[in-house]
Amino acid sequence: MGLPKYTTDIVRAGLEKRYKREAHFRRLGVAAIVAGLIFLSILFVSIIGNGYTAFWQTFIQLEVHLDASEIDPEGTREQNVLAAANYGGLVKQSLRDMFPEVESRRDKRKLYSTVSSGASYMLEDYVKANPEQIGNTIQFWVPADDDIDMLMKGHFDRDKPESERRIKDDQIAWVDKLVAEGRVESRFNTIFFTAGDSRDPELAGIWGAATGSFLTLIVTLLLAFPLGVATAVYLEEFAPQNKWTDLIEVNINNLAAVPSIVFGLLGLAVFINFIGMPRSAPLVGGLVLTLMTLPTIIIASRAALKSVPPSIREAALGVGASKMQMVFHHVLPLAMPGMLTGTIIGMAQALGESAPLLMIGMVAFIVDVPGGVMDPSTVLPVQIYLWADSPERAFVERTSGAIMVLLAFLITMNALAVFLRKKFERRW
Amino acid sequence: MNRKILALASAATICFSTLAYSAARDYISIVGSSTVYPFATVVAETFGKNTKFKTPKIESTGSGGGMKLFCAGVGVEHPDITNSSRRIKKSEFDMCQKNGVKDIIEVKIGYDGIAVANSKKAKRMELTRKDLFLALAKEVPDPKGGEKLVKNPYKTWKDVNPSLPNTKIEVLGPPPTSGTRDAFAELAMEGGCKKIDWIAAMKKQDKNKYKGICHTVREDGAYIEAGENDNLIVQKLEANKNALGIFGFSFLDQNTDKVQGSLVDGVAPEFELIASGEYPVSRPLYFYVKKAHIGAVPGIKEFLAEWDKEGTWGDEGYLTDRGLIPMPKVEREEFATAIRNMQGLEM
Repeated sequence: MGLPKYTTDIVRAGLEKRYKREAHFRRLGVAAIVAGLIFLSILFVSIIGNGYTAFWQTFIQLEVHLDASEIDPEGTREQNVLAAANYGGLVKQSLRDMFPEVESRRDKRKLYSTVSSGASYMLEDYVKANPEQIGNTIQFWVPADDDIDMLMKGHFDRDKPESERRIKDDQIAWVDKLVAEGRVESRFNTIFFTAGDSRDPELAGIWGAATGSFLTLIVTLLLAFPLGVATAVYLEEFAPQNKWTDLIEVNINNLAAVPSIVFGLLGLAVFINFIGMPRSAPLVGGLVLTLMTLPTIIIASRAALKSVPPSIREAALGVGASKMQMVFHHVLPLAMPGMLTGTIIGMAQALGESAPLLMIGMVAFIVDVPGGVMDPSTVLPVQIYLWADSPERAFVERTSGAIMVLLAFLITMNALAVFLRKKFERRW
Repeated sequence: MNRKILALASAATICFSTLAYSAARDYISIVGSSTVYPFATVVAETFGKNTKFKTPKIESTGSGGGMKLFCAGVGVEHPDITNSSRRIKKSEFDMCQKNGVKDIIEVKIGYDGIAVANSKKAKRMELTRKDLFLALAKEVPDPKGGEKLVKNPYKTWKDVNPSLPNTKIEVLGPPPTSGTRDAFAELAMEGGCKKIDWIAAMKKQDKNKYKGICHTVREDGAYIEAGENDNLIVQKLEANKNALGIFGFSFLDQNTDKVQGSLVDGVAPEFELIASGEYPVSRPLYFYVKKAHIGAVPGIKEFLAEWDKEGTWGDEGYLTDRGLIPMPKVEREEFATAIRNMQGLEM
């Protein structure tokens, strides 16, 4: 073998090796994607496996005699008289009637704890709404206690010795009797979606946290979007290119990489300690998240402005538009889809954030659903954190349930961003 | 363009309206210990449901963090109540005084046992406080004898005490920022440390050195800081049957099917035994109320009344269902009187 005559020979000699390398690289890529998908599916399977039961709740049907002499002896039917009645006593009476064999004080306490402590408040609301039922005996569905709920969902093992489980033998016997009578039902857990936080898992819901998240994001959007877009437009279209604008640009890019907890500390120092805004308010949360999302929005908006071809600007200027007309009539509308996409991604990031809110007091137990940006409130990721830290077993599934809701929100927002981009983006 | 100006204007309005806002607050603001949090939240929720007042807001900031916020001053922007898993320190009390928080009402709510637990799959451990000290301290007396400290050489429980099983020392517990860790160091480790005569004698001469020896936890991997989340510790114990975990009694109570509490000095961490004071590792839980805020913020008096009920903190009150160990009746009455008379704390 002498020296190859043609260049093609050299190429051919190395060809197999090059193909192999490429195939190898592709395999690596596929492996990386597969690994990513495996992790993602493990995450989803574990969260959904743990959490899907949170959307159902065990209810127990009680036969409650709404004794007129107990609730409203005078027959006035006034709301404040109805509110003062002892509904807890009626619920207990109903349980005692169903299980007359339970006698000792200790056992009775155990019996009362088979239904949720919220049962009496629900009965109160019912009587207030339907005062004509007073004097009648009604069939009333109340949520079961979280331990009973866990038993019905199979999270407690009946076969373990009595001392090793939270549910005792007689409680299981009562529940079994109720089941046999058709007084136990698994229903869709509307409480989970409509209530605020509670320390009783069966009464706890995400609505308070979801409202808090919504209010916080509204504040963030109202502040971050106009500020971000204005900054981007100025820097991209009007600002002269000099050392100062370079410095500003470097700073904005740097801010995007600052850990979010730092913004929380800043918020604590400026908005709460200096300006004197209340702790735990969505307004302060929104302000802090604004600081955090601004760089994202500015960077995305500038990229969107950059992608508008110069010919559009030149044409506008050429027919006599002022610079401002050129920007607002031609460039901005074309860049808007890209800006909106960046904003939505920034908002999604803000929705999932909890660390900066720790510093400004939004990691708190708040029962009442907030009604405005000044009311104390918490947000979805914080609610997840608080539930994950609660001792009651039933909060495990509710934690996963809340994660599923948060993921659904995030997926929707990101899908919206993709949709907007696909629908409105123009390529030149 | 107009819309944008409108948005900016409305945002500015929101900002300025807050300045006027800080004049009033119609809900009670509570901060403090994460150990008291599960109890305080239940009382707050019941209070919110049973009265016309709003449900108090409770932040879980840790005992130290809570004191800092609480003592920052008087006025609606500062919290009204702080929870604490230990008694207020003299330094904190002084800080309060300096910032104008003069009258503080101290309320003890009950006790919390700290359990040392392992998986149900393993044998129940029978430990003494001395075992715990020797297994977990950074420096221990030289096992060869003499009044000398050496770096903790023990690798297995059997090394510590021949009657214990031959498994690696592996303890999952809270980080130093936690009140549970402080209490564990003080009650369990110092309790064991005191049993060694020459270290106990040191207390009189050099208190700081004594505390340093007794409270410092080893850092060579035998003690694993598992974060503030006790549920996580329970899960890890289930996965690793050789490990022990340190957490509050309420978590043990909720997970009796998964973990078992070790005997400490021959006493099991059970409700009755902690209540009677026989179980050695239990600590009191407190909350502190700013007297100046009573009347200024609506509902504080009524909230205190919710605590001071047999149905709340009594022997069969709803807090016991959550794992709180109630005070003896005499002590309950003492603090109930303090609440009713609004007795200020003196130090």
